[in-house]
Amino acid sequence: MTLSPKYLLPGTMMMVALCAAVWAATPEPSQAAQQGAPHQAARKTAASATHAEQDGERIFDQNCSRCHATPEGFPPSISGTIVRHMRVRASLSEKQEKELLRYLNP
Amino acid sequence: MLRPLLSRLILLVAVGFCGWFHAAAQDTPLLSGGLAFFSSTTGGNTTYFTIAEPLAAVPIGPHFLVESRAALLETFSPSGSPQAGYDHSHFVGLTYLQGDYLLTSHLTVVGGSYLVPFGTYNERLSPVWIGNFQDGPLIAGLGVMSSGTGVGGELRGSAVSRPHYTIDYAAWFSARSGNQQFNAERSSGGRAEVYLPVQGLEVGASYGRLLEGTQENFYGTHLWWEPIGTGFRLRSEFARGQHGDGYWVEADYRMAAFGGADSFVGRFEPLFRMQQTFRLNQTGSDSLPAVDTQRADFGLDYNLPHNVRILTSYSRQFSSTRNENIWETGIVYRYLLPTWKGK
Repeated sequence: MTLSPKYLLPGTMMMVALCAAVWAATPEPSQAAQQGAPHQAARKTAASATHAEQDGERIFDQNCSRCHATPEGFPPSISGTIVRHMRVRASLSEKQEKELLRYLNP
Repeated sequence: MLRPLLSRLILLVAVGFCGWFHAAAQDTPLLSGGLAFFSSTTGGNTTYFTIAEPLAAVPIGPHFLVESRAALLETFSPSGSPQAGYDHSHFVGLTYLQGDYLLTSHLTVVGGSYLVPFGTYNERLSPVWIGNFQDGPLIAGLGVMSSGTGVGGELRGSAVSRPHYTIDYAAWFSARSGNQQFNAERSSGGRAEVYLPVQGLEVGASYGRLLEGTQENFYGTHLWWEPIGTGFRLRSEFARGQHGDGYWVEADYRMAAFGGADSFVGRFEPLFRMQQTFRLNQTGSDSLPAVDTQRADFGLDYNLPHNVRILTSYSRQFSSTRNENIWETGIVYRYLLPTWKGK
């Protein structure tokens, strides 16, 4: 099986098209919030209770998952070490480090 | 070769005991890393690799962290004639061994032997349990000063952290070191990047200068786009030195939209990577191909439960010396555990 250089340009164009499709399919943040907000009063109470946890989850998704898959479970005794390692590797601020630790150790 | 490595590991364990006496309940030293078995077939010849990459992280007090990664590689490759069977060789070495001091909320001081923060591949994607392809990009050696590690100091952190954008930075200086385990060139440089979390977009620029021999400048840029919650990732990087330049663009899609990330289909991850390198002269001694090269990689990974991944890929590489097919398959296990039972 061989691949000629003439297929490289179409391959790259396919990748660009794939990116455009994902861009189009990605919901706008406000639109996503509207879709999932039928009971705003109830959500407000729940949101205040889980606000810190959501912040930590967001930090995890945006920083840790940017490079690697989520490891399948680890003991809470090393969560602080993991977060400190991630603070250095992902250049997290101290505030982000604390929120991430709270998320991993609710 | 094994003896100095063992002595350093013993030192790390001793540091770990010191850390344990000062550790909080969640700060038990950890042992992580990856174990892999890879095969690569080019021109009918298959080479096998077994790789162990252990990583240790030891927190000491509230502000200090000692971390290290090593690589143990055994290679089985065909010897010249079909009757002679396989030759094997091995390599054992420390990838890095650094101490991190969290000085302020936005500044961390790193000392020791560290990964050169040029571009994204060297620091973020080079661990065997993270990379989507077995092979690194063709330009992986550009800008990382030959060995990929520096011996000296580094300042890094988050300069600005807002809900809609963050700006990170890293600046380093490395002395020359001819030590077998801590090989480094005299060099300096830095990297800065802007990340827009809502869009999942990251743009960064790197600079490095080799301060010995040819005194070469290196420039790099990277662009990553990873829309949150879509399973799609686009990563790209461009690097230029005085002896050559090149780029790679990698797209991957975790098919979590089809029944969730843990479903049979959702565990598949198709990949595509396009890369090109251009040689300007033959002065550099890094891993950049000696002639202009272009390569397309098509991969399909499967994420098994319990942190196991199967990596498969087919690559077609074009250059003025030869065109070749590269078939690769492998399996990687990632582990993450405490060094001892926490307090």
